[in-house]
Amino acid sequence: MTDWKTLQSDLAEQGYVAGAELAMALHLSLALGRPLLLEGAAGVGKTEIAHCLAAVKGTNLIRLQCYEGLDAAQAIYEWNYQRQLLAIRAAAEAGETGRDVEKRIFSEEYLLQRPLLKAIRQPIAPVLLIDEIDRADEEFEAYLLEILSDFKISIPELGTLDAISRPYVVLTSNGTRDLSDALRRRCLFAHVDYPDRDTELAILARRCPGVERQLAGQIVSFVQSLRKEDLEKKPGVAEMLDFAMALLGFGINDLASDPVVLQVALATLLKTRNDRAAIPTEMAQRLAGRAA
Amino acid sequence: MSKVTRFAARDPGPAARLAGFLAHLRAQGLPLGVAETGMALTALAHVDAANPHEARLALRAVCTGSLEEAAQFDLLFDSFWMNGGRVREKIMPGTSAGGPKPGRNSRAAEEGRATGRGKADSPDDGQDGDSPADADGNGNGKLIASAIANLMKKDLRELVHADDIRAAELVALRLGRALRDRRSRRRRAARTGSAIDLRRTLRQSLQTGGEPLRLMRRRRPDRPLRICALCDVSGSMVIYARPFLAFLAGLMRADPDSDAYLFHTRLVRITGALRDDDPLRALGRITLLADGFGGGSRIGASLAQFARTYARRFVNGRTVVMILSDGYDSADPGDLGGALAELRQRGCRIIWLNPLKGWKDYAPVARGMAAALPHLDLFAAAATLNDLAALEKELARL
Repeated sequence: MTDWKTLQSDLAEQGYVAGAELAMALHLSLALGRPLLLEGAAGVGKTEIAHCLAAVKGTNLIRLQCYEGLDAAQAIYEWNYQRQLLAIRAAAEAGETGRDVEKRIFSEEYLLQRPLLKAIRQPIAPVLLIDEIDRADEEFEAYLLEILSDFKISIPELGTLDAISRPYVVLTSNGTRDLSDALRRRCLFAHVDYPDRDTELAILARRCPGVERQLAGQIVSFVQSLRKEDLEKKPGVAEMLDFAMALLGFGINDLASDPVVLQVALATLLKTRNDRAAIPTEMAQRLAGRAA
Repeated sequence: MSKVTRFAARDPGPAARLAGFLAHLRAQGLPLGVAETGMALTALAHVDAANPHEARLALRAVCTGSLEEAAQFDLLFDSFWMNGGRVREKIMPGTSAGGPKPGRNSRAAEEGRATGRGKADSPDDGQDGDSPADADGNGNGKLIASAIANLMKKDLRELVHADDIRAAELVALRLGRALRDRRSRRRRAARTGSAIDLRRTLRQSLQTGGEPLRLMRRRRPDRPLRICALCDVSGSMVIYARPFLAFLAGLMRADPDSDAYLFHTRLVRITGALRDDDPLRALGRITLLADGFGGGSRIGASLAQFARTYARRFVNGRTVVMILSDGYDSADPGDLGGALAELRQRGCRIIWLNPLKGWKDYAPVARGMAAALPHLDLFAAAATLNDLAALEKELARL
């Protein structure tokens, strides 16, 4: 058994069923020390893989959620101004000289570590998850590139902080904008797609062991046929699991048995008004009948 | 197809072969540097490189950076390592011209240097164990297509000249400027600007013990509009293809944020291809992409596909969607209205440039056009580059 297959089975133990392409990309990213860029539709388990990787490696997960307007103070570091001011006040009362105070308040003790700085200052290499990088601004992307290439952060008042350990970096993107070529070049790439039937069954069996085999088959067939419909927002794996949990909660063991319950449970799969309108009760029944 | 390529006995070894493969990918437009070659070699050391499946997965993770590239990679991998190369190499003669120095004139270069080993002007004769079915199965190539399909093929390079592109670049530059010159009404924090940002100045003054040493500023940010152009290349539009394609090529070169698509019976994104260094080679690449050029048109379906796929990523409230088409749709016009309404919901502005509108007594009676009208912000005539240039004022008003 080769390394990447070991990784694949380790992930499976943690409850993540990864396809060959993803497992290989992840293995190489660990082996080569390169960040891994995951792209794919929402709800296919891009974020989840970082959680499972952290569990496999037995380390922390540090997560940086990107958003428009994310800046260095939120992503890298910030001085703890309040504490600094308090220290200055206290020092003034104690009669300390300016030099000493200055040295003290610009030490690491007064530094607030934000995810990126925190990730490189861990004694054991953590998993750094940079979630939805496409939402951050392009300037931030450039900054990120610099950190991902040399794992050093320079703070003007303090000097350069080197990495104690190199984090395993996982970036995810939903494709709301094109990422820069430079970032793509720096990363290994894997596209995460909706799983095929067998994989999805395996995921369902791992995540919701309470679902009976017959119902599990129905749920997966139903969701997969729903994905083929013309929907605005296709249900992802997470939605499928919610759906299964909902059915489990209703105590149903045949999808086609109760139209009312099925329609209610559809709320976990269809998230926009148009999509709800696109799948009326009869159609849901027909799909469920075919799945059963 | 599954046969592994046999390399010549004088082949210098696996490292050189891999370098050759990376060069092969590079020639097909994948952005790979020397560092990637090194990384690919290291990557193979971490997997069972003798297993084609593993080697493919590993190299794909290293060499590709997007979904489109990943799809392209599989074909290129087959063509290089799996002995499937002859057919596929030949169908991309236009792109193989990028030798050691970037070729400026693809016409001259491509004839001598096309990398395919087959005959350039006739179908493969099926030797070397290549089954005839294989050739048929990949029948979208220029050289192996049947005679009938060949009638449908138009080489865009015959339609568009380099001078056109240069002229179009100027037009596109001006149009782009007309659209881009927008400023927000609100002020936002900025490094330089006319107004002082009191709030941030106070916040910053905390660091300096309440002394406002650093003054923060605010300015009105630019809110540029991006152009997203969709060009109809169906049969009825062929005579207008020349100015429009030149315009698209010019637009892509003038404005790095813009986006371009072709459609006839289906939709192709050509942004990447149009950004090629060599304008003529770019058109060569599009010719390959726009398979079926000059055929029928399904505007509604193409636009619906656009609204559902690319528009989700690239169209927002600051986008102008520019449709270049005559509105003759062979499918149900209701689709077209629906697609435009869906597009509209993303908050973009939609311009429809119709070459027929310039005609005397033109009325938008084509059913597709009539269905589209209520959703348009601007419906204008454009048949030549000059017409496009004249749009500058209209666009500035959008």
